[in-house]
Parts: sequence; structure tokens; C-alpha cells
Amino acid sequence: MRGRPLLYTSYQEDQSLLNTWTKKLMAALFLALLLIAPFGIVPGLGFLGDNDWVKLMSQVFIFAIGALGLNLLTGLAGQVSLGHSFFLGIGAYTAAWLGGEAGGALLGEGLPMWVWLPAAAVVPAIIGLIVGPTAVRVRGLYLAIVTLGLVIIGEYVFRNWKGLTGGSQSGRTHPEFQFKFWKEGTPLFDFGQDATIAGFQISSEVSTYMLMLGFAVAAVLVAKNIQRSRTGRAFQAIRDRDVAAEVMGVNEFKYKLLAFGLSSAFAGFAGALLASFVGRSIPERFDLFLAVQFIAMIIIGGAGTVSGTLMGAAFVLILPRVVRDLTDWGAAIVESGEGVLAWIGDLFIATSPDDFGLINTLPGVGPGLSVDQLNGVLFGLLIVLFLIFEPLGLYGIWLRIRNYWKGWPFTY
Amino acid sequence: MTAKADRKVLFGGRGDEARTGNILEFEGVSLAFGGVKAVDGVTFHVREGELFSIIGPNGAGKTSIFNCLSGVYKPQEGSVKWRGEQLLGQRPDLIASKGMARTFQNIELFEHMTVIENLMLGRHVRMQSGWVSDMLYVGRTNRDELANRAVVEDIIDFLEIEEWRKYPVALLPYGIQKRVELGRALAMEPELLLLDEPVAGMNLEETEDMARFILDIRFELGIAMILVEHDMGLVMDIADRIMVLDFGQKIAEGTPDEVSANPAVIKAYLGEEV
Repeated sequence: MRGRPLLYTSYQEDQSLLNTWTKKLMAALFLALLLIAPFGIVPGLGFLGDNDWVKLMSQVFIFAIGALGLNLLTGLAGQVSLGHSFFLGIGAYTAAWLGGEAGGALLGEGLPMWVWLPAAAVVPAIIGLIVGPTAVRVRGLYLAIVTLGLVIIGEYVFRNWKGLTGGSQSGRTHPEFQFKFWKEGTPLFDFGQDATIAGFQISSEVSTYMLMLGFAVAAVLVAKNIQRSRTGRAFQAIRDRDVAAEVMGVNEFKYKLLAFGLSSAFAGFAGALLASFVGRSIPERFDLFLAVQFIAMIIIGGAGTVSGTLMGAAFVLILPRVVRDLTDWGAAIVESGEGVLAWIGDLFIATSPDDFGLINTLPGVGPGLSVDQLNGVLFGLLIVLFLIFEPLGLYGIWLRIRNYWKGWPFTY
Repeated sequence: MTAKADRKVLFGGRGDEARTGNILEFEGVSLAFGGVKAVDGVTFHVREGELFSIIGPNGAGKTSIFNCLSGVYKPQEGSVKWRGEQLLGQRPDLIASKGMARTFQNIELFEHMTVIENLMLGRHVRMQSGWVSDMLYVGRTNRDELANRAVVEDIIDFLEIEEWRKYPVALLPYGIQKRVELGRALAMEPELLLLDEPVAGMNLEETEDMARFILDIRFELGIAMILVEHDMGLVMDIADRIMVLDFGQKIAEGTPDEVSANPAVIKAYLGEEV
């Protein structure tokens, strides 16, 4: 029986998370790649070892956790939410209150990470369950507006509760990633310091990267498990046909509320990680744009799928960086003024105030868009294009590639 | 082992048990939408293990009765009793958990889910795992998923839809979708099954397949059924008793022979002689 693909001799085998050899191999290779990438020893991907790339990838992991939460609510249970950043904010400030240092008028208990991090998931979940009953009574556009209200209320509260958030001007610092037993004493492990483990030099960026990777892997497993079990099926049933779901015995109110709570927990967890990762935050960080970014991640990635969500998170965060690098590279070629590439590049890139070009590398002096503006335009354009041409997102594209190679060299 | 003995594994083969009494008592129920009386003081009883059929012209109130039964509509008057227990006012999911399952006139499958997932959703009321163990996929969740997958596979076997198991239902042909919907209702291990036009839009072959499954459910699984259908040939052939509705009111009830000889029924269907 060995070597015959898709032959299962038990339901356990068929229902397991990685039920084919290809999936097992791909998952192992991918994880191994992520584990060694920050050391810059992967051929062709050596740049992933640069500190700014390690930091960018850590952010990808954090955003992936938040996007997985939104995917549970919007992708699986079908409840559109513009309020995701509100719950990220609650998570971040819960962590800041419990784990941060008190100073001046600022609240802070200085508790260790094993207290503030779980609390950053639990508190938003509870608040999600409190505001949830209002939200689960409405659907579609109305729900989007209700959740939009959450962001506006949240931003207002964050901006004015200066004891907690530090206010708009200065913001506040967030707790550091440290393993400690209790408030006092030297940490067992400090992710903010370079360390030596078993003779290996590990920079603080790399150790933080590993921590975020660990959290992201755990979040992926949890999201995947929910999706393939009773709870996830109830979510999907409500998304596809809510009346039929109820008639089949699914308590619509309970499961919508549960989706709300779980999604808020993921969001809060990601919010605390994000704030602590950046170190300092102002209340405006948790605004509508952040929520829209998360929606873009699941739309571009492919709503309702875990792997799509991960691709979406990576895509949305890495794209600006790639655009910037490409522009710099193009500008350098134009400056050198040699060859056809320089001539073509000159049509698009303006390098001096009197030059014409779509992209302007000298912000504020010439015509055209700055790189940041270009990124904004691309971001909006991509959402529109994906919605029209590939509603399944990157996951849909991946499916088509996979199905093509499944039958290769035959067309079907 | 014969095929019949093999199949009895499904729900322990309740078909042979002798049971008496009414499973459902529908008493004087009226449902109005504004000025329109969709159901007007209708009374009927369904016995344990019986194949009861409701027929009537379009707009007679057949589907409205189903929606009253499963708790989607709230009638203004009357009572609906499940083995003596009042069902009116209960939430649809609670009514479902008592053992009432249904199919829909226009297919209401969860189209993004596969056949197996749709049937597993049907097992929802028979599973206990909560969200905490679901998150970790350990203990109860793992046991529940395996045990219920086995039941779902038995139903797939019963309905002969093996080849379609892993397809998203949106991709399946119409006749198969109807069959999957029956399977999803069966997966709830119901004691009363409401079938809303199970052979609407089917060709002769598909209709006969469906009739065979309905008879198997009736005689091997011993599940009581209420069948709403426009295919008179099918209803007259397989129903134990028939109720005829017209404009929300009951105009006749009885065995197929009694009903087809009833002048009021002939008038409702064919009009009066001039």
C-alpha cells in the first residue's frame, strides 16, 4: 500500500492535519527554512539574515496571528468586522498595564510575561463577549458599521485615558519580552539582549524572531484545529446558510459570539506582541487603517483558509519593502545612466526635480508619487483586483498551480 | 452477511421496533403574514414510524407548516407537540436537537463545504466536543471526530454517494445535491424527518432512486417522515396517509385511496365540472 497516494486505511489518517506525504514534506521544509533563515545561511535568501529583514519577518508572524483571528470571524463565520484594531489596542494596553513599568501618571504593574501575555488574549476576548451581543444581531453592512463604531470609540478612549496610554503626544512604552518568575530579579532569558546559547551567538533580533515564530506556529495549529472540528464547521455553516444552520441544530447566537470572542483573543494577543515588539506606541496606532490592513490580508490571501491568511499577511507586509528596494535599485540604474534599462527606468522614476516620472525618489520636490504614496496606491489597487479577478486570493492562485502540476504532463 | 443485515448497523436498525402513539401533534395552528393566512387552523397528527404526506396546490401552505415545525416561523395560534412536549416558541436549534431534521425545497447545503463536512455538520447535535478541546484537537474532539466520521461514512454508503465524498457540494449535480441534503438530515439521527419536495426537478431515474431511499428510511431505519411533494405518482405509491391543503386550510386527510376519491380534493386540483 505504500506509495499509493491518497489511499487511507483509517479515518485517523484521512482526517490528520497533514494527510499526504507532500503536505508533510512541504510543511517540514517550510518550517526548517523559517528556522534557519534569520542566520543568513540559506543560499539565495541570505538577505533574510539582515537585521531589518529579521525584524520585518517577526512582524509578519505577529500580523499573521492577528489575521488568523480575523479569518476565524470573517473568513470562517462570515461576519465582516472593521473593528479588529480595537481589539489589538485592548490587548496592547492590557499588556502595558499589567507588564509595563509605572512612571509618573502611567499605570503599570511590572508583572512578568507569563501574566501579561495570556491576559492580553483573555481581556479582549471578554470585552468581545460583552460588546458581541450587540454585533451578532446585525449582519452584513450593518455589522461592518457597528464594528467601525468600535474602532472610533476605542481610539477616543485610548487617546483620552492618558494614565493607561500616555496620550497622543508621547504614547507609552510596552513591556519587554523577558522570561521572569516574578517582578524582581534578573530575567531567565531576555529577548532584548544578545545571548549565547550552547556556544551560539544569538542576537536579540533573532531570538525575538524565534519567539514570534513559535507563537505564530501555535496560532496556526489552533486556527487549523478549530477549522476542522465541530466548532469550525458550525462557523462555516452559519457563513454559508444561517437559517439552515439553525435548523440543523447550530445555536447561531452562541457560535457567532464564540467567533467574536476567539477572534478578539487572537487580536489582543497579536496587539500585545506588536506593541512590545515596536517598544513604544501611541493610541493612533490602533486606527481604522490597521483594521483595513487585516481585512486586506485575508482578502488578498484568500478568506476562510489558514494558509491563504498566512500568505496574505506576508504579502501585505513584505510588498512595501520590495517596492522600496526595487525603486532604489531602479533609481541607482537611472543614475548610472547606462544601457536600455536606464532609459526605460527614466520613464518611470524621477531622480531630479525637473525630471518626469511616475515615482519620485525625492519626496516633495518633483512630480509623481513618493514611494509611500505608491505603496498606498498599490495596496488599494491590489484589494480591488483580487476581489474582481481572484476572490480566493493567493490561495486560489496556489490551488491552480497545484492542480496544474497534479496532472502534469497531462492537461487534466 | 446480507446487504440488509449490513445496513441495520445504521442507528441500530430501529425499523423493526414496534412503536405506537403519536410523535407529533399539530393542533389548530394558524400563521398569518399581515392579511394573508398562510396556515389556517390546520390540525394533523403523525404516528411513530409513519410516512405522512402533505400535498396541495402551490401556495397552499405546505412549506409554511414545515417552517412552523422547525421553529423558523412563529404561528399566532395553536400548538405543536412533540411526544407531549410543546415545541412552539422554542429555538430552531433546540427543536433540531430533539430529533427533528429536514431538507429544503431549494437546496440549502453549505456550498463551500465538502460532502463529508456537510454530513459532519449534520452530526453537530450528536457531538459534544467544545471549543476548548476543538482548539487543541485532543481528547473528546479526536474521539468524537473519528466516531462520527464512521457514522457519516455509513450514511454515505446508505445513500450511495461514495464517489462524491470529498467534493465541495457546490460542484455536484442537482440530483446528487438533493441526496446529500437528505444525508445531512439523516446524519442528525432524527426520529422525524421533514422532506420538502425531495424529487422536485428530478428525472424518472433519480426520482426512483430517491423513492427507494425514502422507503429504506421508512422500513429499515424506522424514521417517521412528513413528505411534501408535487409528484402525485410518488406520493400515492409510498405514503401511508395523506393530508391535502388548499389556501392554508385542510380539505382532506386519509389513505391514498380515500384522498384520491375525495370530491374536495378533485375540485382543488382539477376544478369543478361545468
